Amino acid sequence: MYKYNQFDKQFVQKRNVQFRDQINRRLNGALTEEEFKPLRLMNGLYLQLHAYMLRVAIPYGSLNSIQMNALATISKRWDKGYGHFTTRQNIQFNWPKLSDVANILDMLAKVNMHAIQTSGNTIRNVTADHFAGAAADEIEDPRPYAELIRQWSTDHPEFQFLPRKFKIALSGSPKDRAVTRAHDIGLRMIKQQGSIGFEVTVGGGLGRTPMIGKVIRAFVGSKELLAYIEAIVSVWNLLGRRDNKYKSRIKITVHEHGIEKIRELVDARFELLRKNFKGQDQRLLEEIRTYFAPPLFKTEAINTFLERYQLDQSFRDWTDTNTHKHRVESYSIVSISLKFPGDTPGDASADQMRKIADIAKKYGHDEIRVSHEQNIILPHVHKNDLPAVQRELKSVNLATANIGLISDIIACPGMDYCTLATAQSIPVAKEIANKFKSKKTAWNIGKMKIKISGCINACGHHHVGNIGILGLERNGIENYQITLGGDATETATIGNRVGPGFSAKEILPAIDQIVTTYLHLREEKSETFLQTYNRIGLTPFKRALYPETPNRKQKL
Amino acid sequence: MVKSFLTKIVTANDLLTGEVIYQTDNNSWTKHLIKAEILEQAILANERLEAAKLQEFKVVGAYLIDVSLSTLGPAPCHFRERFRSKGPSNYFHGKQAS
Repeated sequence: MYKYNQFDKQFVQKRNVQFRDQINRRLNGALTEEEFKPLRLMNGLYLQLHAYMLRVAIPYGSLNSIQMNALATISKRWDKGYGHFTTRQNIQFNWPKLSDVANILDMLAKVNMHAIQTSGNTIRNVTADHFAGAAADEIEDPRPYAELIRQWSTDHPEFQFLPRKFKIALSGSPKDRAVTRAHDIGLRMIKQQGSIGFEVTVGGGLGRTPMIGKVIRAFVGSKELLAYIEAIVSVWNLLGRRDNKYKSRIKITVHEHGIEKIRELVDARFELLRKNFKGQDQRLLEEIRTYFAPPLFKTEAINTFLERYQLDQSFRDWTDTNTHKHRVESYSIVSISLKFPGDTPGDASADQMRKIADIAKKYGHDEIRVSHEQNIILPHVHKNDLPAVQRELKSVNLATANIGLISDIIACPGMDYCTLATAQSIPVAKEIANKFKSKKTAWNIGKMKIKISGCINACGHHHVGNIGILGLERNGIENYQITLGGDATETATIGNRVGPGFSAKEILPAIDQIVTTYLHLREEKSETFLQTYNRIGLTPFKRALYPETPNRKQKL
Repeated sequence: MVKSFLTKIVTANDLLTGEVIYQTDNNSWTKHLIKAEILEQAILANERLEAAKLQEFKVVGAYLIDVSLSTLGPAPCHFRERFRSKGPSNYFHGKQAS
């Protein structure tokens, strides 16, 4: 875990003092809202439907027990006792008072956290594979690179007023668990002839114009990564459109100019910039690496685990769904589901956060991750400790065995909180999760990714959901469009719209119909929903959903 | 065709708490929709909105909402405003808890 040095501490403290003063000036009338709004957004403070919302960065989703406990304390002291983990591995507090925000930021600074660049037209929180440093299939831990990029991009003087926001994601594994292809820059680690580098994709993104990132360079050596990224951002900073916010993201720049032209410009810029990188970044990277040294793994045999696995069905279910293969044979990666059916996806109460911190400290080498799928990860748990971890998680209702199953739904806050939303997401997620909550049903359906956004901005990643749901407004009522076949992994695909949308009352029966159709048409039980869809296409689902299409169209 | 005027209320968010508030007829603000000033003429609605905008030392982002009237009082026409007037669906927070 990276620890702030003196420079980092002073930077964050100075910024907090500055923002405290700006808040005071707003409250005493010296600043208008027009003047204050960009200042608060620079510090992660939004004004939402019912209250202010503070978005706190969790760099590449990594945190420790002290930080998690601080988040719990903040939620209790200054919010309503819970926090919402987001699809960008951040946490949002939904109810802070403006006059409390400076105190919250001071508490965050004490545990090496802040909310800087969680909003605005800047390079946002760098995200990474939530199994980083633990996954069995990983080439190398990508987090030192993520931290290097974070330090480079934080308060970067050239990149504080970009055409629009800019998002970078990294994966250290051939399996893409970080949705890299749906980011402005996606970095997938590759080993080529013994050296580490990255495949660099550019121009991915969801929102109103969803696009899968294109490969701009198949291999950039790790030593030149930062210069190459700077070349991309600086080319877009000049070329990207500022006349229309809907056409300003780099995906549109790539689309309008073509990847060949962008590649040419970036290469030319890279040739100039690389000379300025004289090794300081590599020295910094080496220093950063020391913070990410793997823990001292225990080597004991896993007898306790094996015995319990044989005897306890509930433990076996939870282990089968919620643990993943660790690079050390006797360890597991544990996914803690924040998707108890009927609860809000991604929400954790202060008590739950404290319990997670406690378990991480006792059994998980004090490491915690937040996944973009709005779950919490304990990356390093010895298998013998899994029974105790499950037992302790159960005590705070966090042992739901549904990771990767139909009730493990991504949902943005939607119109329950967000000013941009055009429809609610949370009630739809809750209804679907409740409908399919039985183990028998969920296991029969198998792997399924449902992703729900409450507006076209797609914070809920609906385009890359196997089933994607987009909430819109049609003639003053909520209307939900469905896309099928989306894929967020290394085979990233934008889903296809199945047809006219459904009302709030119709959306659950529609999802049920899609699932029934899949179960009826799959060739064998092991064929996943996505595999079935890729084999048979949209038509059978359309037929099932719209048996009387002409009438339905008229109705809508 | 000229769109007919719908009854309006001025709404905003409280500067300190961010809470949804409504303008009253004595130029102050209330958390309760039922106590809000009902504006049945377009000219008056715009005047009251302009007055609200001048109070930005205590409110943020004032705008007009359409409401329908019944014996139970005003009710927002749009579902977004209904949510604002009540609170989120997932917790008993916001106005419903106050």
